Amino acid sequence: MGELIGKSVKRVEDNRFIKGEGQYTDDFNVKNQTYAVYVRSPHAHATINSVDVSKAEAMDGVLKVFTGQDIADAGIVGSIAGWQVDFKNGDTMKEPPHPIMVADKVRHVGDAVALVVAEDRFTAKDASELVKVDYEVLDAVVDPKAATEDGAPLVHDDVPNNTIYDFELGNKDETDAAFENADKVIELSYHNQKLVPNAMEPRAALAQYDANEEKYTLYTTSQNPHLARLVIGAFVLSIPEHKLRVISPDVGGGFGSKIFVYNDECGVLWASKQLGRPVKWTADRSEAFITDCHGRDHMTDAKMALDKDGNITGLRTKTYASMGAYLSNFSTCVPTYLHATLMQGLYKTPAVHVDVTAVVTHTVPVDAYRGAGRPEATYSIERLVETAAREIGMDPAEFRRKNFIPPFDGVDEPGFQTNVALQYDSGNYEGVLDKALEVADYESLKKERDKAKADGRLMGIGFSTYIEACGIAPSAVVGSLGARVGLYDAASIRVAPTGKVTVHSGAHAHGQGHETTFAQVVADAFGIGMEDVNVVHGDTENVPFGMGTYGSRSLSVCGSAIMKSVDKIKEKGARIAAHKLECSPDDLEFADGSWTVKGTDKSVGFGDVALTAYVPHDYPEGEEPGLDFASFYDPVNFTYPFGAHICVVEVDKDTGEVKVVKYVAVDDVGNVINPMIVDGQVHGGVAQGIGQALFEGAVYDDSGQLLTGSMLDYCMPRADNFPMFETDRTVTPCPHNPLGVKGVGETGTIGSTPAVVNAVVDALSDYGVKDLQMPLTPERVWKAMQNGN
Amino acid sequence: MIPYEFEYKKAGSLDEASSMIATGGSFLAGGHSLIPAMKLRLSEPGTLVDISGIDDLKGVSQDGDTIKIGALATHSEVASSDVVKSSCAALAEAAGMIGDSQVRNRGTIGGNVAHADPASDYPGILVALGATIVTSSQSVAAEDFFTGLFETALGEGEIVTEVQVPSLGSGTGAAYAKFFNPASRYAVVGVGVVVTKSGDSCESCRIGVTGASDHAYRATATEEALTGSDLGDDAIAAAAAKVADGTEMMSDLSASAEYRAHLCGAMGKRAIAEAASRA
Repeated sequence: MGELIGKSVKRVEDNRFIKGEGQYTDDFNVKNQTYAVYVRSPHAHATINSVDVSKAEAMDGVLKVFTGQDIADAGIVGSIAGWQVDFKNGDTMKEPPHPIMVADKVRHVGDAVALVVAEDRFTAKDASELVKVDYEVLDAVVDPKAATEDGAPLVHDDVPNNTIYDFELGNKDETDAAFENADKVIELSYHNQKLVPNAMEPRAALAQYDANEEKYTLYTTSQNPHLARLVIGAFVLSIPEHKLRVISPDVGGGFGSKIFVYNDECGVLWASKQLGRPVKWTADRSEAFITDCHGRDHMTDAKMALDKDGNITGLRTKTYASMGAYLSNFSTCVPTYLHATLMQGLYKTPAVHVDVTAVVTHTVPVDAYRGAGRPEATYSIERLVETAAREIGMDPAEFRRKNFIPPFDGVDEPGFQTNVALQYDSGNYEGVLDKALEVADYESLKKERDKAKADGRLMGIGFSTYIEACGIAPSAVVGSLGARVGLYDAASIRVAPTGKVTVHSGAHAHGQGHETTFAQVVADAFGIGMEDVNVVHGDTENVPFGMGTYGSRSLSVCGSAIMKSVDKIKEKGARIAAHKLECSPDDLEFADGSWTVKGTDKSVGFGDVALTAYVPHDYPEGEEPGLDFASFYDPVNFTYPFGAHICVVEVDKDTGEVKVVKYVAVDDVGNVINPMIVDGQVHGGVAQGIGQALFEGAVYDDSGQLLTGSMLDYCMPRADNFPMFETDRTVTPCPHNPLGVKGVGETGTIGSTPAVVNAVVDALSDYGVKDLQMPLTPERVWKAMQNGN
Repeated sequence: MIPYEFEYKKAGSLDEASSMIATGGSFLAGGHSLIPAMKLRLSEPGTLVDISGIDDLKGVSQDGDTIKIGALATHSEVASSDVVKSSCAALAEAAGMIGDSQVRNRGTIGGNVAHADPASDYPGILVALGATIVTSSQSVAAEDFFTGLFETALGEGEIVTEVQVPSLGSGTGAAYAKFFNPASRYAVVGVGVVVTKSGDSCESCRIGVTGASDHAYRATATEEALTGSDLGDDAIAAAAAKVADGTEMMSDLSASAEYRAHLCGAMGKRAIAEAASRA
């Protein structure tokens, strides 16, 4: 490799972002544009007796008010579930319809009832309040466990007990035996609370229909424009795929919430054709709170079996996973194939059994949110592990080391086959824990904790050692598990006649820094400068059919597709170079941007070869002109990043307030292309994970109203909540992709949450506190100090 | 985030502002409470009279033993004012705890007290300091000015023009302790304390509490318990334990009534100890 990989090159995209010159969906405007506002249900569960649009439509400047009945009359289905998970007994998963707007019944606060389109956004907003909807309010259910009980209000009439599917994974009989024979059993019950993603840019859409071309263009806030085009075109609105162009320009954060194809954007696209005018819709923050898919919302009972020597002999969880009111695209796979499959953790545990019931409730739909299933799995395991260590009086670091899977590189030693389907690629779990202990100076920390105690202060140390799975693949495997899409990615590399390079990426950047990282990889591979590489993404008309960005997959999957195109260009380039140097391609070696005849100083540069490819006057016989290749890459396995996080907290005895005073994250994400970007991902992820532990939570009342529906009540973490994060790494390359990379987008979120809770429980151990429910608000912590639980 | 239609008028003087205001209308100063409420359509003033350009309402000055703070003084002006910092540092500190820097750069003391948010910081410390709220037609003691949830002694069309705060004399110390709402950074509970010492004992004191109840109040039971005490740890703890006495505590997502009452004691203890140490 060359000089750029492994360097903290500054992000090229930040020039425009820092100056406020990014181009986001709402920044685009087109001729004759109109503005749309959705009328949304203020109730969690109600039948619609009537919708009166007459006053709204009579208002000056209002073009049309569409209703759920219009959608029903047009025979349009809404967005779809992208992953089928059937019942244990083989019955098919329940898939209640999710219309773009509802005509008969609303099922969560924020459910769309009508769409007002007007000449300007002020008129549209005013008119939206003139749409009179007569509701008959019904009882609602918001608790995923309570929703399954007989007599609970039904979200969908044809989904008995609100149950979408039940599911199990693991070796059940062995697990039963492990618990029967256990010397000690640890039990915890908790709510992995519902979270609101809160990307900085709310969702938006600008939809245009060109009647001459019979073609639609949709600018929208998507993490995966091709997937959006496929779902909208083939499933929701029946638009021939080549007649729909989806452009995702700069996108201000996603955290998973912009993976999904939302009905709102589809409705706007449909309306643009009905009206023959472009329609723009931009959500405001209040709307984002009640329409962007939420994350987590698992009610879990978790158990761990131990033998008398402190070996983990079994692990069992039972989870009620909320889907919200409707099935969003990947909602069904999150608690199963992204959660149950991770329940081995990085421990040898010989018996693991996971049981999941997926449930609909009268709340905003739930889908993948940074980490998606893996934070929930890690929370279960790591809370149990820490509690077990405490209960048997063993140091939590030592307890983990005792139970870790031994190191394996996945090359000379085979991957590790878990009891929950996955085979880990490579790992050195002791290595990463040892490094974390060293970076944190654990021995000193323990002394500090003793001193704090002597001084009457409450200090706690918490660990989390996690493993996760990224780059969901291969397609054949996920297909056999119910995925309705493939999970490869694609990239093309186009070398211009002057040797300048454009990379067209199926992955989409919305904060990750692809324009920098991908350019580093390609520039190094060709021995050219980063300034000679341009990375293009986010337009279905320009980029090959890739699956977009989520699941920390961009570098491991799309980056591998890029490397395949690099190889093809180098191979063809070598043939052209060999022709120019009058030798065989086998006689050449490529380094520093030139092909050189081995053992000589005869060489030809990358730029020369590019020019020759496009001006093929003196050219290899039978060789096509041009230097332009597209590649698809379907991985052979997931990648498995892992790490060890250590959190140190102090708890205010007077108020219960928790302060994170030290945070050490040592992660192993395989090879690293840009350490600064990797650190940035870890910082952001850790902040989000601490956010779940201490601050965030979608709180509903019994009627289904979201009480934390604004930034005044929903507490997002801020910079002054944190100490300086201390990050470090070990490197265990992924054995099965060309760059040896594993993915870093979610590690911080997955690893951090249990470390914080473990630290707070440690701080409160003298009060007899063994468990706490997230978020660990000052009041909860203070009450636990009063009650000892 | 689009408000209802409203008429905007900019006033050049107090008299002009009074003549411009219509029934149901609002005066606009920094706008950092009003504009968000309008954008959420929770407030529909119809007419906005912008008073931010009235020079008479600006500036911070010392007049004998009184600090005069113009209604349009921003929170950051109060927080950084040499006059305030030297004569009454606790007030500057409280101003520095409001919101974030954007809010402090725009929000004004007059707008703040007129809005009378129950979780706002100023009411607690102003009540403790014995401040006077001067309006276009009267002067009202801070403790009488705040009368209920978003309710004040202001009449229709009346404008806050100035806040007057007595300088702390020798032997007197003041402090403000706040428990931040982690989401909004408003005060879940904020306690302002002024202590005057005679020798090592408490000659007199005033305690103002915000955030805990629907409006700021004086914690008279604490004042009585503290007065004459030796200001030792035990005396402070005993007095602070009474900060919530006799007052109905609010209960919301950030804190139950029980926890708020506890925080009154915790913040009271901190503020009293700090004020005593400064006296």
